[in-house]
Parts: sequence; structure tokens; C-alpha cells
Amino acid sequence: MIRTPLRPLAHVLDAREKGRNPDEIEAERRAQRNARIQAKMRNRAEFRLIALGAMFFLAFVTVGTRMAMLASSEPIEPRATASGSQILNQRADIVDRNGRVLATNLATTALYARPPLMVDPAKAAHSLADMFPDLDRDRMLADFTGGKRKFLWVKKKLSPEQRQKIHDLGEPGLLFGPREMRLYPNGQLAAHILGGASFGKEGVNSAEVIGVAGIEKEYDALLRSPALDGNALELSIDLTAQSTMRHVLAGGMKLMEAKGASAVLMDVHSGEILSMVSLPDFDPNDRPLPPTKGDPSQSPLFNRAAQGVYELGSTFKLFAAAASLDRGLVNLETMINTKGPLRYGKFKIRDFHNYGAEMSVRDVIVKSSNIGTARMAVAAGGNVQKAILDDLGFFAPVPVELGEANNTKPLFPKKWSELSTMTISYGHGIAATPLHLATAYSTLVNGGFKVKPTLLKKNGSQTGEQVLKTATSDKMRELLREVVVRGTASMGEVPGYEVGGTTGTANKPKPSGGYYDKRVISTFAGTFPTSDPKYVLVVTLDEPKIMAYGEERRTAGWTAVPVAAEIVTRVAPILGMRPIDANGGMDYTQVKN
Amino acid sequence: MRVLLLFVCLGLTISAAYWAYQENYRTQATLKAINKLHTRIGLEREAISVLNAEWAYLNRPDRLRELVDLNFLDLELVPLSSEHFGETATVAYPQNLQATVNAPVTVSGSTGDAQ
Repeated sequence: MIRTPLRPLAHVLDAREKGRNPDEIEAERRAQRNARIQAKMRNRAEFRLIALGAMFFLAFVTVGTRMAMLASSEPIEPRATASGSQILNQRADIVDRNGRVLATNLATTALYARPPLMVDPAKAAHSLADMFPDLDRDRMLADFTGGKRKFLWVKKKLSPEQRQKIHDLGEPGLLFGPREMRLYPNGQLAAHILGGASFGKEGVNSAEVIGVAGIEKEYDALLRSPALDGNALELSIDLTAQSTMRHVLAGGMKLMEAKGASAVLMDVHSGEILSMVSLPDFDPNDRPLPPTKGDPSQSPLFNRAAQGVYELGSTFKLFAAAASLDRGLVNLETMINTKGPLRYGKFKIRDFHNYGAEMSVRDVIVKSSNIGTARMAVAAGGNVQKAILDDLGFFAPVPVELGEANNTKPLFPKKWSELSTMTISYGHGIAATPLHLATAYSTLVNGGFKVKPTLLKKNGSQTGEQVLKTATSDKMRELLREVVVRGTASMGEVPGYEVGGTTGTANKPKPSGGYYDKRVISTFAGTFPTSDPKYVLVVTLDEPKIMAYGEERRTAGWTAVPVAAEIVTRVAPILGMRPIDANGGMDYTQVKN
Repeated sequence: MRVLLLFVCLGLTISAAYWAYQENYRTQATLKAINKLHTRIGLEREAISVLNAEWAYLNRPDRLRELVDLNFLDLELVPLSSEHFGETATVAYPQNLQATVNAPVTVSGSTGDAQ
């Protein structure tokens, strides 16, 4: 572009000749130039705006068109891509730690009726009532012949044989809808853990399956979501161990004429629950309705291991000893005054036997002296006791993946008097679930680390913060072993597995206040092998009794301990645990089945 | 020349249309086949899940325990106990390692990633 000079010489000379100001020419020219530049800039800006506008317009039109297309078209599955894998298996399976099925789905059919389509409603009603005795004949007859009902469900699940029989009736008003039902092939085996499932919203072509209790309820959303992508939910349960434990426990319960029983087997390092049994139990395939009357804690639906809040008796003595040892107040050989009875106001604390004037801390635990434990706890103080019970998780529900357990709060006195300190030191006046006890014992023996009990399979150790010194934990193992070798749990000895554990026998509280004289909860809490603890086992029996040496016996040493010993004998080999030979050498072999 | 060009174009158009027609029907046939396959896969999956459920049901520990009890005379199976663990040292070392191979042996398998 040729620049127009602002002060062309010819014009300036001309203006000077005519006596005009040559600056005016310059100003005029400058104005013209500015106007030109402005116009150019303006055009460029306009173009940019329009181009931008057009781009936005196109972008929005594209999005809008796509949205309109998606909204107006029928949804179809992508056919050309890889297989639409998990359309049938709506709800994920649940398997044990070795992949054996605990819960799966089965295709079945539901029966519904459309009376207006029926040829012979009365005959259909009678035939169905003959076929299924649980259906109400008169009501069905009224529904079918009344003319008011256009649609009704008759049966939610049909077996193929039943379906064929109904088909053979040839009634066009009886129709079938496909269903997926939840199947628990092992029946009652892990009833309280799995819970159960039922139908939610129902349509003719499908029905949603929802979990109503246990793991099924806790992980309902996960099991239904595609997040698992066809994989099963892996539990920490070992099916074979669970089956064996249930079998042994049921045998023990029958033998001791107990009203109920529960047992928990937990990995001390990861908090994985290998097996949890509560008896009596139920069949989750046909989950009974919750009882409307009577004591809900006697219902088969009640999970004694996770929901049953019991005074666990002398098994708590270890916590008093651990607190005093951990704070360096005593050592195992410190002598404790055990002269009885120990009076506190009107209250008297007695021992099962008279153990003389004084005993070492070791013997207080091994012989299970209430007086000795109470004196030790009082010397340590209520705050020390509270701190350790809090660390071990006795003041909060167990954080396991079961809604039932999370709603179960342990019972403990609001006002922690000196008398509370005394009674709680030997397990009276505080009530917790067997699962609490198993968790606390895991911490006692695993080196003093907190564990979070879990029903899901974990890999390796999951220990949390350390709440007890390793040295204290070592002493606990030593004490637990001694209680079995020469103390109250002597029937718990299993050759090769170095069982260590304590017993607890607590009288059951009356609903009206006070305690029953002859009804007890007897508990064994222990670990094996004590030289390198791997598992914690808690067994409780509700009102057991057995005749031995011409006497009716109820204490845990005669009831819960033999059952626990049998459980260890049977379950430890199943878990692939090699017996420890006399040389003290030990190793584990994982046996897969 | 222009007429020739016209005919060539016409010919191309017709052959393209014929090809498109063929492709369309072939695609539809393939999609139908895929649908059928998916239905069959679905049925197979359902059958597998039923078989799995039945397998789990037939292998439930309670039933196996009963069967073991019923067939004790033949099988003599007892619950696993601590005495059933053995030492590798007690297993005799096989005397004759080299088996004689007289007939040709077919071996199959994959080498996996070890190429």
C-alpha cells in the first residue's frame, strides 16, 4: 500500500501561496487516514464475531440434533459390539474365599392370572388350590369368578415341574412371567452372614431382587450395579471351615441341651472372619418372617455372634491384666491380695474356690480369681480400665459389614463407679457381642494392633494402630496358654495346636432385674497357636448343662471349652494348619480343596 | 465423448447402487445372525448358571458329609485331622525317572508369553 504523505510538499507550497495554514491540510489528511484504519479494524472485528457466532451455532446445532435423535429413537443394545455379557445374571454371585458359591441366581417363573381371559375360572381355582395347599381356595375362587379383578399374582416362584402341570391345565388365563430368584445352595450354612433376598418391584416380565438382611442388604447396591462386571463378591468365609464349625457347634449345643450357641473364628492379623455361626439358624432360601411376639433374641433370625449382647464373664479378666501390665503397674509375678470375700458396701465379691491370702498376677488369671482381678483393676483405676476397653472397641458397635452388627451397641454403665470397675474387671456389668470379644482378643495376641473385623476377603495383614505394647501382647499369649495348660480351660488342649484361651461363665440377667441362679452364658475365647497366633476363636453357649462325674455342670470349662477344642481339632487342619511338632518347628501349608 | 462419459457415469452409479444393495442385505443378515447368536449365548449362560447352581447344591457340605457317612464302608473317608499332614522327607524318591517311550506322543499346549 502506498502511504499518502500527511504533508505533501506541493499542497503545502500551494497553501502558503494562498496564505492558508498548511496544518489544516495535514489535519484533514490525518483524519482521513484514521477513518480508513478504523473502518478496516471494524470489518475485521465484525468478521471475527460472525465467524465465532457461526461456530457456536454449528456446535449447538450438532449437539441439539444428536440429543433430538437420541431422545426420539428406540433404545437398542449395541449389537455389533462384543457380547452383551451380563444381561441375565442381574445380581452378582457371592462366593467364599476359595471361590465356592454361597449365593447365586436361578431362572424361574412366576404365575399370574388374568380372570377375564379364563375359560373355566372355577375349575382353574380348584386345580391350583389342589396343587398348592398354601393357597387360599375360597379367596382365589372369589378373585377368579368375581369379575372385579383383571390381574393378580398367584405364585412368585414355580419349579419347572409345577410350571408344566399348570401348563397342562390348558387355561389361557393363567400366564407365566420370567423371574430370577436368589438361590443359596448351602442352605442354612451361612444364613446369618448372607441374610436373604426377596422381590422388590414386580412387573410381568421381570422383578428386582433386593437383599433384606446380612451381606445381601449391606452390599445390595454393589451386587446390583454393573461395577462388579460379572465377578462375584468374595467373602472372607471359608465354606469348609464354616460347615465344620456349624456341625461341631450344633453337636455341642445338642449335647449340652443349650438354647443357642455361637462361634466366631477370626484371623488375628487381618480381622477376616473365617467362620461365624449362630444357632439356631434358618434357611435363607425361605427366610422366615420376623417374630411378632416373644423374645426376638430367641428367634432363628437373631445373629447371636453379631447381635447378641451378653455379659461375657471371666474372659474380661485378661483386659484388666493387660491394662496393668501395659502401664507397668504390675508384672506377672507381682503378688495380689486375694483374701475374700471382697466387700464393697453391701456388695460381696467371692471366688469360685478359696485361693488363699495372695496369688501372683499369673495365678490370678490362670485360676480365674474374681477378687484378685478386682483388686488389680481398682489399683490401676477406672480411667485406665475405660481407656483399654475403649481401645479394644467395647464402647461402640463392631464395624463389620453387617447392618445388624452396626445397630448393636454394647451395654456398659454410664456412671463408672469403683464398684463398676471391680465387676467389669471380671466381665460383669458390661455386655458385648462375641464378635467384640473376638476383635479384642485379636488385638491382645497379635502384638497389640487394632484390627477391623471384616467379612470381605483381604490380602495380607490389615492391622491398625498399636494400642498395647508388643511385650504386653507376648505376656497375654503366655497367660492364655497357661490357662489351658494348668488352669480353667484345661479341656481346651489340642495336641499340636498350642491352644491358649480363657473361659467365662456369667449368670443370665432376668428381664425383671437380678440374675438367674442356674442359667448361664458360658464362653471360651482363645487363640491358636499361641507361639505365633493366627486365629482367634470365640465360642458361647446359651444355658448349657452337662452331667459329669455325677454332678450337673454349667461352667464354661465343662461346656464351651470342650466344644472349642473340638472345633480347633477339626477346623485347624482344614485351614491348612500343620500341627506343631515337639521340636517347636512350625509352618503352614495352604491346602486347597 | 460426452455421451461416452455419461454412460460410464451411469454404469458406475448402477454398479455402486447394486453393491450398496448387496451390502445392505448382507449387513442385515449378519445382524440377524448376531441376534440369534446372542440369544443362544444368553441361553447357554443361563444353562451354565443353572448348572453352576446345581453343582454348588449337589456339593453342599451337608450332603457330602451324609454321602461320606453312607459310603463309609467303601470309601473309608474320615474328617481331616492333624495326623494327616505328612513330611516331604518321608516321600520316597522315585527310582526310575526315565520312562521308556515307544510310541510317538502328541504334545499340545501354548507357550504363553515365553517366546
